[in-house]
Amino acid sequence: MSRSLLTGNGAAAWGARLALADYIPAFPITPQTEIIETLANWIDTEAMAARLVTLESEHSMITAAGAAAATGVRVFSATSSQGLLHGMEMIYTVAGWRAPFVLVNVSRGLASPITLEPDHNDVLAARDSGFLQIHCATCQEVLDSILMAYRLAENDRVRLPVMVNLDGFYLSFTREPVTLPDAKTAADFVGSYDPENIRFRASAPVSQAVAVLGGGPYSYFRYESHLAAESALEVYHQVADEFENLFGRRHEAIDSYRTDDAELVLVMLGSFATKAQQAVDQMRDAGQAVGLLRPRLMRPFPRQQFRQLLAGKKGVAVIDQNLSMGFGGILHGELASALYGQPEAPPILASFVAGLGGRDITGEEFFAMVEETRAAVASDQIPPPRLLYTQAELREVRKLQAVAQVERVELKQPQTVQGGQANES
Amino acid sequence: MNHNPDSAGNPRFQRMKDLPSTHLLGTGTPMCSGCGGLAALHEIYDIIGDKSVFINAAGCMTLLSVYPFTPFRGSWLYTSMASAPAGAQGVRDALDILMQKRRMAASEDMEVVVLTGDGSAYGMGLSATSGAMERNLDFLYICYDNEGYGNTGQQTSGATPHGARTATNRGLSGFPGFKKDLFSIWAAHKPAYVATVIASEPLDLARKIDRALSLKGPRLIIALAPCPTGWEFEPQQSVDIGRMAVKTGAWPLKEYIDGEFVHTRIPRHRLPVEQYLQLQGRFKHLFEPRRNDVLINEIQDRIDRYWRNVSSG
Ligand SMILES: Cc1ncc(C[n+]2csc(CCOP(=O)(O)OP(=O)(O)O)c2C)c(N)n1
Ligand code: SF4
Repeated sequence: MSRSLLTGNGAAAWGARLALADYIPAFPITPQTEIIETLANWIDTEAMAARLVTLESEHSMITAAGAAAATGVRVFSATSSQGLLHGMEMIYTVAGWRAPFVLVNVSRGLASPITLEPDHNDVLAARDSGFLQIHCATCQEVLDSILMAYRLAENDRVRLPVMVNLDGFYLSFTREPVTLPDAKTAADFVGSYDPENIRFRASAPVSQAVAVLGGGPYSYFRYESHLAAESALEVYHQVADEFENLFGRRHEAIDSYRTDDAELVLVMLGSFATKAQQAVDQMRDAGQAVGLLRPRLMRPFPRQQFRQLLAGKKGVAVIDQNLSMGFGGILHGELASALYGQPEAPPILASFVAGLGGRDITGEEFFAMVEETRAAVASDQIPPPRLLYTQAELREVRKLQAVAQVERVELKQPQTVQGGQANES
Repeated sequence: MNHNPDSAGNPRFQRMKDLPSTHLLGTGTPMCSGCGGLAALHEIYDIIGDKSVFINAAGCMTLLSVYPFTPFRGSWLYTSMASAPAGAQGVRDALDILMQKRRMAASEDMEVVVLTGDGSAYGMGLSATSGAMERNLDFLYICYDNEGYGNTGQQTSGATPHGARTATNRGLSGFPGFKKDLFSIWAAHKPAYVATVIASEPLDLARKIDRALSLKGPRLIIALAPCPTGWEFEPQQSVDIGRMAVKTGAWPLKEYIDGEFVHTRIPRHRLPVEQYLQLQGRFKHLFEPRRNDVLINEIQDRIDRYWRNVSSG
């Protein structure tokens, strides 16, 4: 083992390298590109025995990834945002092939408006695809989760592709000290790729991904995938145990921080949860019994653990860094469905939407959200969902609109003069 | 693989009796009877053989393999409408990696074959095909061209010919646009091989498939596929219509190889195109209730112009 300063993207590339990926179909997109560039460079300098092929789109990239996994090699790929959406038809399709591989998604907000900064609408758009999802908050976790993801994907009770998510910019470009497992131990941990019954060989012809007629066989295969995803929960715990034994680091399905004696609990995905963690410390210093839960597994959804971890709590504030138009925060909805009707479920489950397109969430805002949740507990009234936004931000947007308005008027004037027409106001 | 000409340099298929006498592809598929695409596939599959993996895009042929049955002796992977060539890329790369890393014997290798309709080839899948050629992918592409989105009910596609009536061009003059020249678009990429074929000319087809198999790199074939359902004719006319497409010069049989364009059949006395059009319900409005000479002549003119360039070139 050695320690290095790595970006989240660098850690992702190391994950693929240590997992001995054979094949990397690629396509550039900010903020993911550093991953494929790093891998390409290692392949060119023979530090890594893999083949990287740049496809002409993510739709093709994911097709090639699934097809190669279905032929019997270990596959790694990476994308983000518009790229993930461009490939979405194939995300669903290759999951149904039951061909295991690992796809890193570097979260970035979706158009429109177009942006480079992070939120989770991209990865959550793949929520129902059959891909399993692991969400990371640190660079170490990115590397470790990729190794774990191969074990999970290739397990014979699972056989599904896995998406490992990290937030663009905040994690992809942030350097953190990362412990690099030594190559031999990592190789032993991931093992060699066993294609099982999914592969193409001249002597053993197979048809994969064929059509079905009618809802009977269709439902059969869809249920099979669902049940496999559900069993991934148990497999995840085994893999996490084994990982801890070998590397000394434990990655739970839900990372819990100071929740044991907490009355109020924040729930958040991804690297912005590290901001929440700081806020929890400050609130603890101020004598408030507040904790934080950060699900790493989104699919399968660790329903049972949430129930246990939140049993007896007074109130929960779910902070969604995503927005389902006409519904609200996605994680809030998922958690509500997991907790509904549970005897010890917290009576208050408040919803906050924040951090869209990389919008910061300040310490005061965490305090305010906890305050609102506490007031809801006291009044026993579930508060309406909140979309975080400040007066200052609104003023800033109004200012931009005013500038645009002035520009437009100024642009019009010379034309008016040329045309010799009276200025209509 | 023994697809090459023999040691004397003779092509494997010199006359009709050299063609395989039994078909390898199973029967009882849900394709329409008289399907010119399926006929071409039968002939092609006999020559490719079962050491192959077919990568399919959405279309009529997707229904060849319906769980748990398949007429293929070899392997099959259904992908999507747009990305069959990318599926071929993944499979080809994986097979190469497995052999290179000695995890698979070379005897387990297979010919990777893309099978799509014209809707996919001329349109949605064109970018993936272009990418595959750009990467010099070693694969064979078979496009069965029924000149419309057949599986969804013969709507106009990028391959629909001028004047044809389709489900989305039902008017009196049919489709106002022109069939895209996919052969030239493909050839412009300078792949190893491009050819047009048709099931009703089995010897020409067999020679071309055999030649394609003797080469490495991207090899692409367009098979005109008379389609009783979409073109509106009786299934038993399928072969006659195919022959007429060649005799009238509406479907030129040609190949692109080593940077050269070669016509493998130059019809000496081209028949008037109306003899081809008249056989198909999709062109009925050109003849009934009144003959549309303007449109018929326009179609004839384009064909004449095409062949004028051929003989002058
Ligand atoms: C992305 C996508 N869009 C639309 C369809 C619906 N669809 C299925 S088959 C087909 C027609 C394909 O036409 P073509 O490639 O010419 O093959 P044919 O049906 O004629 O065999 C269409 C439009 C689809 N499967 N996928
Ligand atoms: S619609 Fe046409 S191409 Fe499709 S199966 Fe029927 S005859 Fe063949």
